[in-house]
Amino acid sequence: MNIRVKLFATLREGRGKALEVDAQDGASAGEILRSLMIKAEDVAILLINGKDGHLDQPLFEDDLLSIFPPVGGG
Amino acid sequence: MYGYFGKRLRVNLKDRTVTVEAWDLKEGEKFIGGRGLGTKILMEEVNPQADALSPENKLIFVTGPLTGTPTPTGGRYMVVTKSPLTGTVACSNSGGYWGAELKTAGYDAIILEDKADAPVYISIEDEKVEIRDASHLWGKAVTEATKALEAENGEKAKVCLIGPAGEKLSRMAAVMNDYSRAAGRSGVGAVMGSKNLKAIVVKGSKKVALHDEANLKALVSADNKKLRENGVTGQGLPTYGTAVLVNIINENGILPTNNFQKAYFDKAEEISGETLAEKYLVKKDPCYRCPIACGRYCKVDDIEGGGPEYETVWAFGSDCGVSDLGAVIKANYWCNELGLDTISVGATIAAAMELYEKGHIKEAELEGLSLEFGNAEAVIEWTKKIGWRQGLGDKMADGSYRLAEMYGVPELSMTVKKQELPAYDPRGVQGHGLQYATSNRGGCHVRGYMISPEILASPEKLDRFALEGKALWVKIFQDLTAVIDSMGLCLFTSFALGAGDYAELYNAVTGGKYTAETILEAGDRIWNLERMFNLQAGIKPEEDTLPKRLLEEEIAEGPSKGWVHKLDELLPAYYELRGWTKEGVPSEEKLQALGLA
Repeated sequence: MNIRVKLFATLREGRGKALEVDAQDGASAGEILRSLMIKAEDVAILLINGKDGHLDQPLFEDDLLSIFPPVGGG
Repeated sequence: MYGYFGKRLRVNLKDRTVTVEAWDLKEGEKFIGGRGLGTKILMEEVNPQADALSPENKLIFVTGPLTGTPTPTGGRYMVVTKSPLTGTVACSNSGGYWGAELKTAGYDAIILEDKADAPVYISIEDEKVEIRDASHLWGKAVTEATKALEAENGEKAKVCLIGPAGEKLSRMAAVMNDYSRAAGRSGVGAVMGSKNLKAIVVKGSKKVALHDEANLKALVSADNKKLRENGVTGQGLPTYGTAVLVNIINENGILPTNNFQKAYFDKAEEISGETLAEKYLVKKDPCYRCPIACGRYCKVDDIEGGGPEYETVWAFGSDCGVSDLGAVIKANYWCNELGLDTISVGATIAAAMELYEKGHIKEAELEGLSLEFGNAEAVIEWTKKIGWRQGLGDKMADGSYRLAEMYGVPELSMTVKKQELPAYDPRGVQGHGLQYATSNRGGCHVRGYMISPEILASPEKLDRFALEGKALWVKIFQDLTAVIDSMGLCLFTSFALGAGDYAELYNAVTGGKYTAETILEAGDRIWNLERMFNLQAGIKPEEDTLPKRLLEEEIAEGPSKGWVHKLDELLPAYYELRGWTKEGVPSEEKLQALGLA
């Protein structure tokens, strides 16, 4: 299945801003991260289709995964 | 006395007299300093019903006990007065270097009274305080006036001043310092302008006495380590500045766009912190003793200077439908030069754009300029028109509420208590919306930054749509923020430090006896004192609300689609937790418990 991935801030280094990942059906968000060599501890916020997601959440065709390192401001 | 000098300057601008007062701070610990002690002075000395721009109002510059000490970010000062924008208490703080300089001149606060009969500035060099003619500076923009004052007072002098917008009494005027730092909100610059006071120039040579220097050194070292190792303060903010938020706020579908008509901006990437770093960043621009250094210094074409911050990028960017980051940097530059609050100015231009879009503002009023959403040139040119009060800019200079009211549609102003809301659509962050509605200075994100838990997972991740438990989170965040603002520290330290850390720093500096629990109680006390000022000023609890659009119109598209803000379900629990009546008034028992009755 095709998973769309958006990366932000420091996670873009060496990977780019947006990727399409061809994953096995039922793959979890955590498996996509591993395939991109992103360590779970470097991820502060994980959104699946704009909603809060978690690492063991299974994904579906054409889902959008947005991944952020710790960021803040105001 | 440790942490405080126990002295304050009282300057009567009409009589041109300067008095150094011994400040009995026996009660000081109850209100900490900065925002707390400043509000206490305001309560004691200013009639809450006074016209904010009349000589009856006073302008109070006040430092905290940690200002000018080696504590991380310990350089902030607070401007406390009655706001001409909201009619509530105004307490706007700023970083840079001026606050620490004022403290090391030996003063905890300056109280400015009445009005000078001609433009003046105040020069402070430790004990030597003079009121000087400023007629040659009146009308000058911030950089030119700052340079002239440095030339007159020596390069080491730190300058705090107003720009032309403050002179012209714009209710969105800021007090500026160190060129591009701003005590931005609530129109504090207009109060300074109403007193004919252009600037306060300071040179200080004293050291703040510390209660337990050895312990403080250990605490500062440990806290700096926490700030360096925290992902937000050690990596995100130093690398990208606050504008790193653009993408994450947009990806959550809460980036207000076209005056809150939408909550998702499809060109957010073009105005993001990542793009800023790639295309425009020249260097970091840190404040006094700051290990974070989120401040940016950017350049585009022939314009360069401090900023822009996230809120500014949003206000002139997506809120106006603009995706040209270079234009945002230029609008930010003009706000700094003219002495304007970037949030209120950008949001007022956005409101004017909607007034034009809906046919309320007519083509003939524009004098050839565009007011169309998405027009990059418009955000630069209308900022200048506002600062100089030219054409329609004169009407816009008093903020979006008064502007929209003139056209008979105040509901198109995205304000709370007449102050423009910042860069987060509360329909998709329910706790943050409660905080907007209850903030003591009207629309504001830095009285209790609920974006931290609801979006940024700090200190833990909350469901941003949930209502349960949010009233308590808001209260705790508001109380903790009142503490930090009163200490003289930067709010951003709270990504890595907690109430216990602040209590320890305070105790080491002053010899105080605070705990995490009692210091939060001090925050509660300060919050209630501000509430009492507002009630006495005639601000009604019914004004604890949000613009109709946010309560009634569902977000039309994006990740927060379908949501409205459910304030009615949150407000009663909040009042109860505060110990207020159902009508939103602090109860007698509550005031007695806090020592305010």
